[in-house]
Amino acid sequence: MFGFEPTAEQKMLVEAVRRYAENDLRAAAHEADESGELPRELIEKGWELGVLQASVPEAYGGFGERSAVTGALAAEELAWGDLSGALAIMAPGAYALSVLLSGSEDQKSKLIPAVIEGDWQPYTTAFMEPDYDFYAGEMRTTAVASNGDYLITGQKARVAFGDRARTLLTFARVEGQIEAFAVPTDTVGLRVGERETLLGIQALPTFPVTYNNVRVPASARLKGMDPFKILSSFDAAIGALSVGLSRAAYEYALDYAKDREAFGSPIAQKQAIAFMLAEMATEIDGARLMVWEAAWEIDQGKDASRTAFLARTNAAETAMMVTDRAVQILGGHGYIREHPVERWMRNARGLSTFAGLAMV
Amino acid sequence: MISFEIPSSIEQTVSMIESVATEMMRPQARYYDDHEHEIPWDYINFMHAALQSAGAEVNLAPTSSQDEHQEAGGEATIGFPSTGYLGMAHYVEMLSWGDAGLYLCTPQGGLGAAAVSAAGTPEQVAKFLERFKGDRAVFSAMAITEPHAGSDTAAIKTTAVRDGSDWVLNGEKIFVTGGHKALVDTPGFVIVWATIDPEAGRNGIRSFVVEAGTPGCTVTKLEKKLGIRCSDTAAIVLQDCRVPLENMLGTVEQGKKTSEGYKGVLRTFEATRPLVGASALGIARAALEFLKAKLAEGGIEIRYGLPLSRMTNLEAEVVELEAMLRSAWLLTLRAVWMVDNKIAINAESSMSKIKAGDAVVKITQKAVELLGPMGYSREHLLEKWFRDAKINDLYEGTGQINRLIVARRILGYSRHELS
Repeated sequence: MFGFEPTAEQKMLVEAVRRYAENDLRAAAHEADESGELPRELIEKGWELGVLQASVPEAYGGFGERSAVTGALAAEELAWGDLSGALAIMAPGAYALSVLLSGSEDQKSKLIPAVIEGDWQPYTTAFMEPDYDFYAGEMRTTAVASNGDYLITGQKARVAFGDRARTLLTFARVEGQIEAFAVPTDTVGLRVGERETLLGIQALPTFPVTYNNVRVPASARLKGMDPFKILSSFDAAIGALSVGLSRAAYEYALDYAKDREAFGSPIAQKQAIAFMLAEMATEIDGARLMVWEAAWEIDQGKDASRTAFLARTNAAETAMMVTDRAVQILGGHGYIREHPVERWMRNARGLSTFAGLAMV
Repeated sequence: MISFEIPSSIEQTVSMIESVATEMMRPQARYYDDHEHEIPWDYINFMHAALQSAGAEVNLAPTSSQDEHQEAGGEATIGFPSTGYLGMAHYVEMLSWGDAGLYLCTPQGGLGAAAVSAAGTPEQVAKFLERFKGDRAVFSAMAITEPHAGSDTAAIKTTAVRDGSDWVLNGEKIFVTGGHKALVDTPGFVIVWATIDPEAGRNGIRSFVVEAGTPGCTVTKLEKKLGIRCSDTAAIVLQDCRVPLENMLGTVEQGKKTSEGYKGVLRTFEATRPLVGASALGIARAALEFLKAKLAEGGIEIRYGLPLSRMTNLEAEVVELEAMLRSAWLLTLRAVWMVDNKIAINAESSMSKIKAGDAVVKITQKAVELLGPMGYSREHLLEKWFRDAKINDLYEGTGQINRLIVARRILGYSRHELS
């Protein structure tokens, strides 16, 4: 039967994440974006909400079961607070859930507890590449079998916390198929470059990583890779983050429009503004439902690749539309960095290129 | 719980309707488009018989349910068919996928019956809805719009004046969907909106049941339209048209000038708007499927998952249309789900109508454009769907009226604060 309401348990989690997003993430977002640093305590506090820990079975150190729907609900709230902060908190999840989905029993027992037991640690993935036409199905980073080992060569981009990560879950092509390898960052041939400077998500430290014949043992390769599952889950996560970001910008613009007066009345009383807001609200709700559907299909074990792809592209496009309109509704004030809408507009443009940074 | 599982009872009915849509509606769609105002009796009679035998299992119109009615203290509520509005949305979508014009000729009440079950007293429900259960198909219709008053229903000029034990109606109504079928072709009725107090604006408006054959009520014109030509759109003139006092929907109390008894009926739209959206999306899906089928015949399969830089323009366009359709459909399902679960509708119903109206118009226009000379040809139904589509952005609240409603709800504004 159709249902459009989270369970009581999900609502409790969402409520906790929302409080953190409002009191902590949102409060710190401006300063973090300006300084380019997310305070360690901020990430730690978000980590302690236990969203990831609750999606990992006890056998691997967690206390629950993975639910992409629950993950999407939490991701929306986090991104409502701040996208950089959300991505920082979720980064270890992209690593751990990839292992959970594709690792052998042995790999899961070995790799996952290290990530989720204890404090937040910079476990992260190397998925995206710097080219304008990056496409997961034809990524240019390759791994070639060599005397029982693999040699990885290529360039990665948008690697969160690349400077301090000890292991990078590196995605590469092996004879046309996407595979993932747990690669220690001190392996010979792996070089982490200078921190990237980007249009948005400026509080999140991301790095380019170069692989030059990086030799890893065959045991580093995740044994049961199902690229569709991984990619759908990336898409659903980006979709959920897009919805949260959109909602933040929409709510801010709505409050502003009710407060700001022009020609003797609040600008929200003008149809030109009111209709924009009505369309923003409608698109956000539609985008959220598509993300939920994709996440639900993932949880049902269906092939969610098309649904998740459509959900992600639609949500990301919605985020761009909504954040642009939010700036527009604030007028000149929207262009000033004292208001968050310009930051949200910058963050929105990147959403479709943040694949691999978060998973649900 | 968040779930997207279609109940199997609905799924089964949808697949039955799909064969009607494929074998009966599609083959006749062009004929009735070419022969405007000809009545598709074979479809009507077939559907009437099918719906009668399906009984309460399959409902295409809101039905009466006195328990619901009384539970809500006489406030406007809608009856709940067994598979709910969720089922209805699925059935309406599938029938409209077959043909939107024919779908609008589907018997079993329609909007007029919906209004009776929403705002009528138990006696009125018993008296006026009984006729839909007979052997012959009967229609009902809703007469709101006037030549000078569309969305602005407060500007309605048709009057109802009490005279002894009658109401006397005078005025002119236009755009009455199915008006001819309800008043001339079958022994149905039309719900007429009229004012009992022209000074009172919207508070003076009440609705009256005018049955077929009532002296003074005449169908004066059938409109010639851009699309949905199979569905009659009537103009009706009321000239000293007398109906009994008890034909005013609601209690006698509500007939007093001081009452605001009509508000509830406006809420009928919150339940029916998503169904109009569902109809729109049936057309949209038909057009999108046709587009993809023709592209596939030409050797073009849409590749999903690519970045924009690797898609052809054609693929990018199709992917965008597909996302639009899905978003609109899920908004529609959420709205009917809320109605079924008696969750108070805030803006969700109008949101679904905005998105569905936008989606069907954009999808059909794009499909015709992308298929070039083939899309423009009357050899295929696509050009018809392009014409049928537009009505969905107009009736049951234009896209703009629905934007206004959503805006008021999200901003917490009254109609005085945002008009």
